Amino acid sequence: MTLTATTGTPASPLGVGPASLRRRRVLGLAVCVLGVLLAVVASLAFGSRVVGWSDVVAGVLHPETSDIAQAAVRSRVARTVLGLLVGAALGVGGAVLQGLTRNPLADPALLGISSGASLAVVLGIMLLGMSTLTQYVWMAFAGAALASVLVYAIGSLGREGATPLKLALAGAATTAALGSGVSMVLLSRTDVLDTFRFWQVGSLGRASFAEIGQVLPFLAVGAVLAVGCARGMDAIALGDDVAVGLGQRVGAIRAVGGAAAVLLCGTAVAVAGPIGFVGLVIPHLARTFTGPSHRWLLPASAALGAALLLAADVVGRVVARPQEVEVGIVTAVLGAPVFIAIIRRHKVATL
Amino acid sequence: MTAVLDAAPGTGAVVARGRRARARRRRAVLLVLVLAVVVVAVVALCVGERTYAPTQVLRVLLGEQVPGASFNVGVLRAPRVLTGVLVGLAFGMGGVVFQTMLRNPLASPDIIGVSAGSSAAAVVAITMFGLSGAALSLVAVVAGLGVAGAIYALSWRSGVQGARLVLIGIAVGAMLDSVIGYAMTRAGIYDANEALRWLTGSLNSAFWLGVGPLAAALALLLPALLLLARRLPALQLGDDAAAGLGVSPDRSRLALLLVAVAAIAVATAATGPIAFVAFLSGPIAHRLLRGTGTLLVPAALVGALLVLTADLVGQHLLVHRFPVGVVTGVLGAPYLLWLLARTNRSGGSL
Amino acid sequence: MTDPVHTLAVEGITVGYDDRVVVHDMTLEIAPGAVTAIVGANGCGKSTLLRAMARLLRARTGRVLLDGTPIDAMPSREVATVLGLLPQAPVCPEGIAVADLVGRGRYPHQGWFRRWTAQDDAVVEQALVATDILDLADRPVDELSGGQRQRVWIAMALAQQTDVLLLDEPTTFLDVAHQVDVLDLLVDLNRDRGTTIVMVLHDLNLAARYADQLVALTDGRLYAQGDPSDVVTEQMVRDVFGMAARVVPDPVSGTPLVLPMGRHRTGRGAQRTDDAGATVPPVELPAAQPVP
Repeated sequence: MTLTATTGTPASPLGVGPASLRRRRVLGLAVCVLGVLLAVVASLAFGSRVVGWSDVVAGVLHPETSDIAQAAVRSRVARTVLGLLVGAALGVGGAVLQGLTRNPLADPALLGISSGASLAVVLGIMLLGMSTLTQYVWMAFAGAALASVLVYAIGSLGREGATPLKLALAGAATTAALGSGVSMVLLSRTDVLDTFRFWQVGSLGRASFAEIGQVLPFLAVGAVLAVGCARGMDAIALGDDVAVGLGQRVGAIRAVGGAAAVLLCGTAVAVAGPIGFVGLVIPHLARTFTGPSHRWLLPASAALGAALLLAADVVGRVVARPQEVEVGIVTAVLGAPVFIAIIRRHKVATL
Repeated sequence: MTAVLDAAPGTGAVVARGRRARARRRRAVLLVLVLAVVVVAVVALCVGERTYAPTQVLRVLLGEQVPGASFNVGVLRAPRVLTGVLVGLAFGMGGVVFQTMLRNPLASPDIIGVSAGSSAAAVVAITMFGLSGAALSLVAVVAGLGVAGAIYALSWRSGVQGARLVLIGIAVGAMLDSVIGYAMTRAGIYDANEALRWLTGSLNSAFWLGVGPLAAALALLLPALLLLARRLPALQLGDDAAAGLGVSPDRSRLALLLVAVAAIAVATAATGPIAFVAFLSGPIAHRLLRGTGTLLVPAALVGALLVLTADLVGQHLLVHRFPVGVVTGVLGAPYLLWLLARTNRSGGSL
Repeated sequence: MTDPVHTLAVEGITVGYDDRVVVHDMTLEIAPGAVTAIVGANGCGKSTLLRAMARLLRARTGRVLLDGTPIDAMPSREVATVLGLLPQAPVCPEGIAVADLVGRGRYPHQGWFRRWTAQDDAVVEQALVATDILDLADRPVDELSGGQRQRVWIAMALAQQTDVLLLDEPTTFLDVAHQVDVLDLLVDLNRDRGTTIVMVLHDLNLAARYADQLVALTDGRLYAQGDPSDVVTEQMVRDVFGMAARVVPDPVSGTPLVLPMGRHRTGRGAQRTDDAGATVPPVELPAAQPVP
C-alpha cells in the first residue's frame, strides 16, 4: 500500500485502473478487430483484379465454382490467412522483445534476427540444394534463433545491460557481418542469387496452406508462452531489481519470453521473409490505448499487427498494378518514418 | 637534457619528456604503417597471372617499355593498386572521424546508413535507369551526401546528439536496404549481378580513367578533413567540455560530417562500399597507438593497408576470385563481433 | 595573474529546454575574484543557470555579460581564454595519458597555424603541480580513481588559464574526503591565482563553508545572494529546500551548519516541525575539538 505513493507504478494491473482506461482499452481492441475484418475483405477483393462483394462471398463459400473472379478470391485466401498470422506474430513478438529488453527500439529486423535467417537460407540453397519454402522455413528458423541469441548476448554485455543504443548497434553490426557472408555466397553462385533475391524481400505471395499448417504449431506455442509471461513482463518493466523484489523470477521470464519472441519472429521471417518495422511500430501504436499492461498490450498488438500488415500487403498490390510491391518494402517505407518519430520523441538520455 | 634532472616542477620538462616519448612511439608506428603499405603495394604490382620481378615493375613505373609488363603492370595493376590506396585512405580517415566525433566505435558510416545512401542510389541507377560510368559515380556521391544531410536534419532537435544520430542513421539504412531489395527483384539477373558487385565493393573496375578524378577529389577533401579535425580532441571530451574550450559542437560536427561524408561518398562511387574498412581502420589504429594522439592519419594508412591486402587475398589466395569487399567483410565480421563485445563490456569509447 | 579581474553578470535571463522554462528573468552579478556557490533544491535551475553563463544554453530573453559584453556576441574561442568550464560529465577518451588530456585545455590558445610550444608544456606541468598529480602525468586516465580523475579534469581547466572558472557539481560521485579535497584545491586556486570560481554544489554545508558568496535559487528564481552567514538561515532552508532545519555555527569553521529536523529522533530540545518559527532552544553540541 505504501509503495504506490512513492513509485507511481507505470504498469497498473488489470481492473485496478480507472474506468476510463478500461473503456479505452475495450474500445481500442474493438476498433482493431474491426480493422482486421476490413483488411480481410480488402485483401480478398483487391489485387491485380478487383472483384465485387458478391464474388468474395461466393469464392469463399463455394470453392468448386470456376468463375475467374471467384477463383482469384480463392487464390487470395491462403495469402490473407498468412498475412493475419505473420502480422499477429510480428506484433506480439515485437511487444515481447520490447518488454523483455525494456527497450522501445527492439524489433526483429533491427536486432539482426532477419539477417540470421537470410544467411541460413542462402547456405541452405547453396549447400543443401534447397528449393522449397518448407525447407527454407527450417533453415530460416535456426538462423533467426542463433542470430537473436548472439545479438542479445553482445548487446547486454557490460554494466548497464542491454541499452537501446547498444542493442541497435549490435543488431546493425551483426546484420552487416552476416550480410557480407550472404554476399560472398551470392557472388560466387548466380543461381543462388536468382533464387534468393526474391526471398530476401518479405512477401506474402508465396505461401500455400501446406506451409501455413506447418508453421501454425510454432506460432501457437509462441503465443501461449508470450501470454504466459505477460504478468512477469509487467514487473520487469519496473526494472530487474524491482521485479525480483516483487517476487518474480526474472531469469525464467527472460528465458521463456525470449523463446516466445524467437518462435514468433523466427517463424514469421521463415514463411514470409524479412519484414521490417512491423514488430517495432505496432506495440507503440497499441500502447497508445492499452497503456503498459502486457495482458492488454499483447492481444492488441496481435490484432493491430494483423490488420496493418494485411493493409500494407493490399497497398503493395494496388499501387503498382499489374505488378505488386512486396509487403516487406511497403512496411519499411511506411514504418521507417514512424520509427524516426519514436526516436525523436524519446529523450536521448533514456536511450 | 640535464634540465630534466634539476628542473623545478613547472618548467614543463617532465611533461615534455612524456610527450616526446609518445610522439616517438607514434612516429615509429606511422613509419611501420607506411612501409607496410608500400610493401603490399609492390607485391600487388608484382603478383598476378604473370609474376614480375620488382626491378621490372620499377622500370615500368619509371616509364620504360617492358614487353608484357607494361600492359599487365602499367595498365591493369597500377590503377588498381592506386585506387585501392586512395579509397583505403578515404574510408579509413572518414570512418575514424565519424567514430571519434560520435564517440562510439560502432558509429561508422557503413553501419549508420550513410554508405547505404550511395549504394541504394547506385543500385537503382543500374537496375532501373541502366546508368554506368561517370554518371553512376555522380549519382552515388550526390545521394551519399543527400542521405547524410537528411539523417543530420532528422536528428536535429535543438542540437544534434550522437546517440540520436546513430539510431536515425540505422533506421534510414534499414529503409534504404529495402529499396535496394526492391530494385534487385525488379532487375534482370545480369543487372542484379552487376548491382550486387557494386554493393559489395570491388576494385575490378579500377582503370586509369577513374583514378584522376578520384585523386583530385581526395586531394581536396582529405587535407580539409585534417584541418577540421583539429577540433576533434575538444569534441571528444563531450559537447559541454568542447563548448567550454571554445569549440561550437554543432557547427564543428556539421562541417566534419559533410567533409567526411563527401570523402566516403567519392570513394564509394569509385569502388562501391568496401565492407568494414571505414569501420575497422579506426579501432585497429587505436590499438596500435593507444592514446598517443589523433587517429586520422594512422587510420587512413590502416585503411589503405586493409584494402590492398584484402584485394590480394581475394584475387589470388581463394578458390574463387572474390571482390575485395567480400574479403574485408568476411575477415572483418569476427573482429567486429569481438570489438562489440569488448566495447560493451568496458563501456568505453574510441 | 597580472590580468585585470574579469566580471561576469546575467541580466534578466530566461532559459529553458524545449517548451519548459527553467530559469525565470534572473539578474545576478558574480563577485569578481571570489568563490561563489550556487545552491538550491533539485530542479531549481542551478545547473541551467550555470550552463547559460557558460554559453552552453542560449537565453530566450536577457543577456549574459562577460566584462560588460554580451557573451553571445564574442567569438567562442576568445571567451574560452577568459572563462573555463568543467561540465558535470565530461567524456574521457580511451587510453589517453593524463598530460595529454590536460593539454587539451590549451586548445583556445592555439591558432590555426600555431603548434604546441614549450610554453604549453610549462603551463600543463604547472597545472599538474597545482593539482598534485605530476607523478601521474604519463599514466592513462582510465586507470585512475574517481578522485584522481576529478583532479585531472580540474587540471585541464587550469591549463586553459582562465580567470573565471565555472564548475557543475565538481564533487558528485566523490566520497566525503575527496569532496573536501577538491574544494580545498579550488579555494587554493582562488587564493593563489585570484581565479573567480562559480560552482553548483549539492551540499549546503560544504557550500557555506567554502564559498565567499552563496546564490540560493528556488523555482528558477533568485532567492538570496550574499555572504553564507547572511544567506543560510532556517527560514531560507525552509523556503528553498522545503525542509525544517536548525542552523548552528559550524564548530570547525564558524560558518552556518544546517541540521535537518526530519520527523523522528529529533531528541530533547528540538522543536516540532509544525510549530517552528517561535523561540528555538539551542541544540547541545559537543565542544569543538581543537584544530591542530
